[in-house]
Order: sequence, then structure tokens, then C-alpha cells
Amino acid sequence: MSQFLQLLFQGFSLGCIYALVALGFTVIYRASKVINFAQGSLLLVGAYLVSVLATGLNLPFALAVVVAIALLAAGGVLFQTLVLRRVLGQPVFTLVMITIGLSIVIDSAVPAIFGPNARILGDPWGASAVHLGGVTLNWVRIWAIVCTVVILLGFFAFDRFSRYGLAMRATAVDEEAAMAVGVPVARVYAIAWAIAGGVAAVGGLFLAGFPSAPNPTLGDVALRAFPAIILGGLDSPLGAVVGGIAIGIVEVLTSGYAPGWLGTNFSDVAPYIVMILVLLIRPYGLFGARPVERV
Amino acid sequence: MARISRQRPSRPKVAATVAVAIVAILLPFAMNAFQLTTAVFVVIAAIGALGLGVLTGYAGQISLGHAFFLAIGAYTAAVLGGNDHLSAAIWLPAAGLVAALCGALVGPAALRLRGLYLAIVTIGLVFIGQHVWFNVAAISGGPGGRSFPAVAFGSFDFSVGNQLTIGGLVIDHNGLYYYLALIILALAMLYVWNLSRSRPGRAMQAVREREIAASVMGVNLARTKVSAFAISSFLAGISGALYASFLSFVTPDQWSLLLSVQYVAAIIVGGIGTVWGPVLGSIVIFALPPVLQSLVPQTASGGVPIDDITSIVYGLLIIVFFVFEPGGVVGLARRLQRVWEGARARQEPMHKHDGEEPSQRQEQSMEERVPTWAK
Repeated sequence: MSQFLQLLFQGFSLGCIYALVALGFTVIYRASKVINFAQGSLLLVGAYLVSVLATGLNLPFALAVVVAIALLAAGGVLFQTLVLRRVLGQPVFTLVMITIGLSIVIDSAVPAIFGPNARILGDPWGASAVHLGGVTLNWVRIWAIVCTVVILLGFFAFDRFSRYGLAMRATAVDEEAAMAVGVPVARVYAIAWAIAGGVAAVGGLFLAGFPSAPNPTLGDVALRAFPAIILGGLDSPLGAVVGGIAIGIVEVLTSGYAPGWLGTNFSDVAPYIVMILVLLIRPYGLFGARPVERV
Repeated sequence: MARISRQRPSRPKVAATVAVAIVAILLPFAMNAFQLTTAVFVVIAAIGALGLGVLTGYAGQISLGHAFFLAIGAYTAAVLGGNDHLSAAIWLPAAGLVAALCGALVGPAALRLRGLYLAIVTIGLVFIGQHVWFNVAAISGGPGGRSFPAVAFGSFDFSVGNQLTIGGLVIDHNGLYYYLALIILALAMLYVWNLSRSRPGRAMQAVREREIAASVMGVNLARTKVSAFAISSFLAGISGALYASFLSFVTPDQWSLLLSVQYVAAIIVGGIGTVWGPVLGSIVIFALPPVLQSLVPQTASGGVPIDDITSIVYGLLIIVFFVFEPGGVVGLARRLQRVWEGARARQEPMHKHDGEEPSQRQEQSMEERVPTWAK
């Protein structure tokens, strides 16, 4: 039982990180119908930014995190304004390729600048933990859950109650109609990229927490968030959260209980198998909107 | 919206194709070993890209699972050619057929899933495939990888050191692979070109443009999508088998999502829904990294790995290219063609259009208006 609870806790905290990654994907997809293949690279940058600010510039950790979030959000806006705005209205393929190009640049620039080895994150938690019964709760994982919940509540409040949240939802439903009634669509895209950058900084930070560390392969985790966004439905932020947590729990539980004949590291592919099974039953994910098709 | 053409190719197009073919045939004699090796990889990749071009370019089904089908082809070759020592005349087609079968099995998923959902499910294929390759050592050699058989017909094989002498011409190991791949590529291009103008090919393009409309008009969606997957995977299988055979040793981690992404990049860079697009795109995507690598001087990197610098430049080029030419290489070519034609039209006297040409033009368009069933 305590092993199950331990795995459930780890799965839930991993799922929270996936939820943040998936939220980044969903926000951009909702705004511009593009899967941002550079989301994993943004996570990587987030982890390194925190590490550099906290250990290189010796900022207090909380300040380092806030600065990293601000920088990465600004970076997202900058990329959107300088590059993506020029190709607005081009086929989705073109936009997807540009995000792939960005991910190639970042994924090689990080090891080029910081070298191939792992860095120190500089977080105050390290491996410290609380013990409850037989279950070890690492502080970094507890904080991952707390921060995720706060960020998600903030996001949903923004999405539901603010002017720009409304503008984002309007753009998601129909870009042209939104433009026609005066929604500043270009600014909505910029905000989407700012949010994606900001959540990537937090996601990257916790991803690089104990037992991991900032290293050049950190961004690969975004690939495992793909099942999460698909499971929930590409255009649903709520789905991203549910999908992310579900995938995190599935992954950790299979890593604990999968029988040996399924091969080593079966937990890496388990999320994909769950995703395929769910999609065969619900082709637009659990919460995705089935588009109305006009002929 | 791409044009669905059923005209014969124009004379300049035939001339251009012949010219490209001649250049492609003579190319190995003008290249050093490094350049020729790169060319072999490009031609082999172009076969696979052509396959993805059928699936994504013509049928409009986005797949990021191409690496999976390349791997299926490669491991079929390894099992038949390496474990059972069969001739390449058997394992090469078999690689295509086994991959096509797998493609046909995946195809039905495309009936339920649309667009990016399908793309991500096919990513799942890559990961599940890699899991199998890492764990089933009998096929893939496990994480350490395995060797692949050189192409062999009868007693003659293409392994390193062997060469073929025809008249005074010596064709070495690289050259042999180059010409074999080139012949297969030419046949595949001819096939895809014919397919694009045939009934099944037009059905694919109708599905790409508007799926429901196509099905209302009587296009069998299931058959069209499954056959697009099968054809695409067949070419991927052949390409994968040749690639592994030419490399001679492959580890499972090479059949990664990045490989799939490169193929998707190739067809997008080249231009979606054309025969030449995937080939041109393969040249850009698969030749650029080695060429960049050879251009960067070893000493100028200041301790930073050359691979990283090459990748950074490569990624930047992709971004810059798509920002300035969203239509790909074919789009670039069309733009240049328009500029050229515009310049020519301005040079020619205006009264030319008052002469005999309009009536001829009308005849031609009348000809085009006659439906196929009435001819």
C-alpha cells in the first residue's frame, strides 16, 4: 500500500509538470492552431535560466524564478512578434516547421553555450523530504504540485474573467470573426506565447529538480506531454491538466508495476498506448471540441 | 489548393527532367568520396520522402511516424538478408512489402483521427517502435545495435572495397549504392507521377482538399487512406533498408522522432503535393548538415562541438527560409518562373495576342472542358 501511495504521489507531481507543459501547448494551439514543437526547448531554457540566475548570478532562488519566468515570457513574445507574425495566415505546416527550426536552434545552442554536462539548479530543496507513514514526500515535488495548482488557478481566472482571456477564447473559436469585432488578434497571439514561455520556465525548473538536474536532454520530456495534450483534447486547457496528471500517474505506476516481459522502460511508452486507446474511442480526446465540418 | 493536372508534360518540362537525369547520372564522377557518400544518403532519403509525399502531400494525412516504417524496412532487410542470408533481390522488395503491410494496418486509424491528432498518434508509433527495437535483440541487436547486410545480387555484393568496372569506368562501393538508389528513386518518381494523375491519386487529392466532399462524391475514404499509408510505407521500407544497408551498422535510437521530423521537413521545404518537392527537399534537409559541417573550419569553433554549430545554423536556415518563402523550394521556383515570365511578357510586343493565338487558346480550353468519359 505504501508503495502504491508513494508512486501515486510521484505520479501526481510528475503529472503536474506535464500539465504545465501541456498547458503551454494548448494555449498556443488554441490561439494559432499550431503545435509548438519548441515547447520542450522552452522548458530547457527555463531550467538553465533559473540555474544561471540562481547559481551564476547568486540571486535569491525565488527572485531567480520570477526573473526566469519574466525573461522566458518576454522571449516568447519576442519570437512571436519578430518571426511568427511575419507568417501569419500561412499554412499551418509552415508555422510548425518554424517552431521545429526554433527547437533545433535552442537544443543545440544550450549545450554549445553550457557544455554537455548537467548543471546545479541552485534550488533550496535538494533531496530534502517529509516522511508520512511509509511515504517519502520530497519538498521539490510538493512545491511542484503547489506551484502548478496556483498557476492553473491563475490561468483559469485569467481565461474566464479577464478581457484578454475573453479575447483569447474568441480568437480560438473564430479568428476572423474575432478580428472583425475588434479583438487585437496579434496581441492575443503574443499573450499566448508569453503564457507558454512563463509556464515553460516553471515546468522546466521542477523538471530539473531532484533527482534530475539541468541537462541538455531535459526538453525531451515535452515529447511525453504529447499524449497528455491529445488525451485531454488539443484545444482544451482543462483537458491539458486532466491529461497531464493522468499521464504522469500512468507513467509512474507502470514504472512500478509493469511485469518484466514488457521490456525495460516500458513506462516511457505506456502513455502513448493509453493515448492510442483513448483516441480510438474518443477521436478528439476527452475534452476536445469536435469541429463542425462544412462541405 | 494544388492544381490537379491531367495534361501531358510540356516540352520544357521534359527537357528539364532529361537534363536533371543526365546530371544525376554523371554526378558521381565529379564528386569526391565525402560528397558522394552524402549524395547516396540524399538519394536514399529522397525515396522515403517521396513516400511521405504521397501520404502527406497528396492524401493530406500528416504523419510523424515515418521513422517507424523506415525501421520496419531496415529490420526486415536485416532479418532476411543478415540472419537468413537471402539475396537483395528478395530482401529489398520484402522490406517494402512488410512496411506496406504495417502501413495498411495503421491506415484505418486515419479514418477516425484528423490532422494533428493523427500526427501525434503516429509519433506514438515511433516511440512504441523504439521500445520494441530496444528490447527485441533478435531483430535489432538490442540497444547496442546490429550490422546490416550489404546489397548483394548472386555472388556480387556492394560492400566496401568492391567495385564494378564497365569499360574504362570504375564504380566503387559508394557509386554502386548511388546508382541502385537512383534507379529506384527514378522508378518511384515515375510511379508517383502516374499515381497523381490516376483515379486513385485524384481520389487522394480530393480527400486532402475536403474529406467529406470527396466521400459524398463517391471516393472510398477507407480504401484511399489505407492505400496512401501502404504506398507511403512501401517506399519508406525500401528507403530504410537501403539506408541501413549503406550505413552497415545501426542502433535503435537512430529511428527517432527527429528522423521523422527531418522527412516532414523535407517534403515541406520541397513543396507539398508535388513529385519533385520531396526530392528537392531531401537535398536541402539531408545534404545541408554534412555540407555545413565540412564548411565550418575545425579550428574556428573555439572548443564548441561542430555538431552544435551546424545544428544552430541549420535551424536558423529553416526559420529564415520559411519566413521568407512559405511555399518551399517549389514555391521559390514558381516565383522565379513568374518573375521570368513577367520579364519576358514585358519584352514581347503587345499585338501578339491579337493574332492567331486566341483561337488556338480557345480550342485548347474547349478540349479541356470535354469530360473524360465523353472522349
